[in-house]
Amino acid sequence: MAKDVKKNTKAEIAAPKKTKKRKIVSLDKKKARAGWFFVLPFIIGCILIYIPVIFDSFIYSVSEVENIRGGGYELHFVGIENYRAAFFDDPNFAQTLVKGLQQLIFDVPAIVIFSLFMAVLLNQKMMGRAFFRAVFFVPVILSTGLMESIEAIDISEEVEMGEGEKSATAEIVSAMDIEVLFSYMKIGTGLVEYVTQLINSIYNIVNRSGVQMLIFLSGLQSISPAIYEACSIDGASGWETFWKVTFPMISPMILVNGVYTIIDSFTSESNLVMTYINGVYGSGSNGNVLSTAMAWTYFTIVILIISAVAALFSAYVFYQRRDS
Amino acid sequence: MDSTKNLNTAPTVMKETKNKIRVDFERTDLKTRLKAKFVSAAFVGKIIFYIFRLVLLVGLAYIILYPFITKIAGSIMSKTDFADITVRLIPRNPTLDTYKALLAETDTINGKIVPIYWTAFKNTLTLSLITAVIQTFTCCLIAYGLAKFKFKGNGIIFAIVVLTMVIPHSTLQLSLYMNFRYFDIFGIFKFLSGGLSFGHRDETLNAGWINALNDILAQINLLPDQIKFSKTFSLNFAQGTNFINTYIPMIMLSATGLAFKNGLYIFMLRQFFRGVPDSLEESAYIDGSGTFRTFLQIILPMSVPMMITVFLFSFSWQWTDDFYTTLFFPADRVLLMPDIVDVIPASLQTAGAVKAVFETAIRNTSGLLIIAPLIVMYLFCQRYIIQGIERSGITGE
Repeated sequence: MAKDVKKNTKAEIAAPKKTKKRKIVSLDKKKARAGWFFVLPFIIGCILIYIPVIFDSFIYSVSEVENIRGGGYELHFVGIENYRAAFFDDPNFAQTLVKGLQQLIFDVPAIVIFSLFMAVLLNQKMMGRAFFRAVFFVPVILSTGLMESIEAIDISEEVEMGEGEKSATAEIVSAMDIEVLFSYMKIGTGLVEYVTQLINSIYNIVNRSGVQMLIFLSGLQSISPAIYEACSIDGASGWETFWKVTFPMISPMILVNGVYTIIDSFTSESNLVMTYINGVYGSGSNGNVLSTAMAWTYFTIVILIISAVAALFSAYVFYQRRDS
Repeated sequence: MDSTKNLNTAPTVMKETKNKIRVDFERTDLKTRLKAKFVSAAFVGKIIFYIFRLVLLVGLAYIILYPFITKIAGSIMSKTDFADITVRLIPRNPTLDTYKALLAETDTINGKIVPIYWTAFKNTLTLSLITAVIQTFTCCLIAYGLAKFKFKGNGIIFAIVVLTMVIPHSTLQLSLYMNFRYFDIFGIFKFLSGGLSFGHRDETLNAGWINALNDILAQINLLPDQIKFSKTFSLNFAQGTNFINTYIPMIMLSATGLAFKNGLYIFMLRQFFRGVPDSLEESAYIDGSGTFRTFLQIILPMSVPMMITVFLFSFSWQWTDDFYTTLFFPADRVLLMPDIVDVIPASLQTAGAVKAVFETAIRNTSGLLIIAPLIVMYLFCQRYIIQGIERSGITGE
């Protein structure tokens, strides 16, 4: 009897507590529901368009497409035949892939370092800063897709430039001079080649580092001036301040920009592998499925590279935790 | 000794008005001051650094602007200038013929003769405006949801957003095309088509305004072939709907935050919204405003510079995009900017040695005409880009 009463009271005490708790939960739930509401468009898009498209794309990469009369198509499952064909039947794909990855490894550090350097310069107070900023962000707006393809014509065919004349970049610094300079300095040929390549593709690098510059600039703006003040009071030189303050504070941005640059350079139209895959897409009867298989291969490799880079960098990234 | 004396002597007032006062006091003489300021290693170093920086910036600005300079130079050259090797950047016989010919060029589309440039301009403007507005709004919505609300799956959805940025669209081009060529949501349309296609497409039945509606929708390329509004709303979905050559695929992708580089916009906006203090929204909630109203009336107005940045990006990237436009508008039924690049007007046909160079120059002139509206827009909006980015405080955390 007494036991029962005790049980009842316990239950009674527990009951209001539970409702009270549920109220708190429901408030959270309300906010969570609002959150779902805000991201709803994306979820709908994912379910209705994106996931089916990705799934389809994967299915295409393991199938053969046959057009039916009167519109419509039929798929025949062929397993990894397309992947096998991409690597073993196509003489150029594997080679292009290696070249493209080489290009990626060469481009990414160059772009990240260059854009960091330019962002630091453009962040300084000087005459005509607004003008230089405006000029440096022109490529963000104008050198995409269509313009890239037109510019390619401009440089490769040397419009209104006489014979023997190279593009703008070659006019500024002759690669030969640099090579001579470096060979006197007794530096390894690998580095010399890297630097000369860098100088030859300076146009390319400048044009592709617009967004990265913006991201770095915003990062530089968010560093508190008080830290710099403290440094100058303690007598640190500009060089020391850069390596001890600016660099660690901006390191999360270096990670972001590294990943973004990899993504950007391997999805850009000017990428070797992308151009090749696009070429395959338009050619032949089974070109479209073959190109899908190639794209999937490339995509997998790049995802691996990105996760490796992210893992490697995030070990060295410094976060200034303001909260927590 | 001197300095203490200087400090002790009070400055003598020379002239005094209501707002200004001019005083005179003993100072170190000008020569010593200038010497101390300018004749030092630090100053020389500074000057060298300034010169180095200026030269570097001017040089790089030149590299960026060089293609535009050559394009402009090439566009106002006449044929004889291309034949003359002594002519470089400055034309000897400047002419506007290339522009005139390109702007006057016409073509027959859907049985009508239309000026190519202006049609492409109109179509691209409509498409870019629609998609940019939708993308800006949707990305704000998604980014705000991801930044300010904690719910299960928040992290997963953000990961998917980043993934959409990572997966190159070329991987998906075939399936995107097939998806919108035979558009069907899980076979529902196909299932319904038997029930819905009772529509006897009797054009005489249609009232005037229904025809007008059809015409308007067809005019702005929003209407697929199978759908025509009539008194009996007739649908023929036997093979799925063909959305190719309409704006619908682009609108659908924009409205769901899946279009070109939307992952980047969502990322940027999310970082921005995370910097907005929570207390702002909390005070709005206490005053009885709902989450959506808070978003519309408090968050959006304060993020205008950021929104302009996103709008500018999406507008100009859509404007010059040639991936989606060639994918979704394969036939020349809808003229867009990429279609006019390779047009060589009949009046500018040439033969002989200058042919290749001249045709390249014409293509570059088309390119200039294509980006001219963007340049004008950029000149007006570029300060917002920097403002928006500066305020975003992207920290990558």
